[in-house]
Amino acid sequence: MSAPATVRPPRASGTQRAAAQRTARSLGRRRAVNVIMLGVMYVAALVAVLPLIFILWHLAREGASSISLDFFTKMPKPVGEAGGGMGNAIAGTLVLLGIASAIGLPIGIGAGLYLAEQRTARLATAVRFLSDVLNGLPSIVMGIFAWQFLVRPIGHFSAAAGGIALGAMMIPLVTRTTEEMIRLVPVSLREAALALGYTRWRTSLSIVLRTALPGIVTGALVAVARIAGETAPLLFTAFGNQFWSLSLDQPVSALPLQIFSYAISPYDEWHRLAWAGALVLIALVLIISLISRLVTRSRLGGGGD
Amino acid sequence: MTDLASPRPTPQRPYVAVPVATPAAVSPNAAPVTVGAERIAVHHLDAFYGATRSVRDVNIAFHDGTVTAIIGPSGCGKSTLLRCLNRMHETIPGARTEGEVLLDGHDIYARGANPIQVRRRIGMVFQRPTPFPTMSIRDNVAAGFKGLGGDVPSRRELDEIVERSLQRAALWDEVKDRLKDSAIGLSGGQQQRLCIARALATNPRVLLLDEPTASLDPISTQRVEELVYELRGSVTVVIVTHNMQQAARVSNRTAFMLAGELVEVAPTSALFTTPKDPRTEAYITGRFG
Repeated sequence: MSAPATVRPPRASGTQRAAAQRTARSLGRRRAVNVIMLGVMYVAALVAVLPLIFILWHLAREGASSISLDFFTKMPKPVGEAGGGMGNAIAGTLVLLGIASAIGLPIGIGAGLYLAEQRTARLATAVRFLSDVLNGLPSIVMGIFAWQFLVRPIGHFSAAAGGIALGAMMIPLVTRTTEEMIRLVPVSLREAALALGYTRWRTSLSIVLRTALPGIVTGALVAVARIAGETAPLLFTAFGNQFWSLSLDQPVSALPLQIFSYAISPYDEWHRLAWAGALVLIALVLIISLISRLVTRSRLGGGGD
Repeated sequence: MTDLASPRPTPQRPYVAVPVATPAAVSPNAAPVTVGAERIAVHHLDAFYGATRSVRDVNIAFHDGTVTAIIGPSGCGKSTLLRCLNRMHETIPGARTEGEVLLDGHDIYARGANPIQVRRRIGMVFQRPTPFPTMSIRDNVAAGFKGLGGDVPSRRELDEIVERSLQRAALWDEVKDRLKDSAIGLSGGQQQRLCIARALATNPRVLLLDEPTASLDPISTQRVEELVYELRGSVTVVIVTHNMQQAARVSNRTAFMLAGELVEVAPTSALFTTPKDPRTEAYITGRFG
């Protein structure tokens, strides 16, 4: 046990030196791993946005030349005639998004509020699960259902049927984002309102929902952007229309439908218009996303009412 | 903690460490505290979370004109007891109470008693500041009047109430030029005083403070303590605290809780100098907790 005191210091410094060498070696290796992993992540991040950049570039090249004021205001021209636009399809898309929002937002936000408030109730668990299933439902299935229950009984295609089909697709999206946003509101805020003598529903509406509102607006806009490009449910419901129509009980055109029918046509002129339509559609989605970004930022910036 | 090992003889002096307190402001408080009428009386109170009994057969009274501190180690049930006093305990799923809590002689747990009415008459401030982020400073203070139905004060009355409440919370001078700004822009200590102003705005007879300085820096803590000290004349204050020095500084009476039971309640100076129960002595001398 009691080794001579003189032996100890050199031995200790020897092990220290070895430890230092080991540390230096492992530090070098860790640096190398760090550089490699960083590089891999940079590449992954670039690849992730590459499709979008490629799509935007390609759409701009193919479609930008056909975009003019006429494209937004004029009706489609018969084959062989130059010019013409997608005014009716753009208006139709806006009508469909309006109907879908009128249905999807109130129901979705209400359901989301319920899920967040009654998070452990058996009904809430069931609704949450079914919402997730509905979220993953292929849109063509939604289209067939809308056709079976809305188009067939009435006897003809209509804008209303298309809007309802899109609204039904929005509901689960809005429900889940609303729930998530409300859950982000700290419990302490809810307790503070209750301790002030707020009733439960008043706490939910004027404190919790109010605090979560920017997030809910963002979620709603994202949901609108998601369904703006849906084609499959509209094939069976809104159907498309070569003429100007904003009537809810008549077939209506929509950008995705018009793009679809022009893209499968054999005419070069229509192909160019399809590219232009795709460019307008993606621009619409980008604008909605940007607005949702601005809403989120204004929340972070604070600012009273 | 060290100065508690040798108990200080007179913790019940006015708040001398604060230079803001002018003699005029101190004098009403410096007079011997007259213990007023019994504001809240707790009889045989038990509180449960599911099957867990967190408060066990507690009997205690809170009097007008006093600040009562509740001390004890973590998990001893002191916050739970506090939350039973304004029926906030039952807002947690699975939580329930047994026993009586009399507010001005009426059992707040009686059949037909309305928790909303109870909470309007009792203010509460929490561990972390909870300003409503979507509201301005002014609207935060006035928040207790929203949705009252019927007798909502007019705009001018509300402005007066906001000013008076902010002054009582010693925040007016710091925020009077930015009442319309978001409450989020205030510092943590200012936010907590804002919450105190919000609780005082509806003129409650009782103020419950649940570790109000737990998330504050020492200077903000001092300001809040000073405030609590000054409130004792007008409001019945019950303060839960981890910090024994704080209890000694701000309270007239101190209650010591352990494992859900109320071990001892006594005038603060008596409890810290001559505790009757050996468990109290062990706690305040730092032998555990």
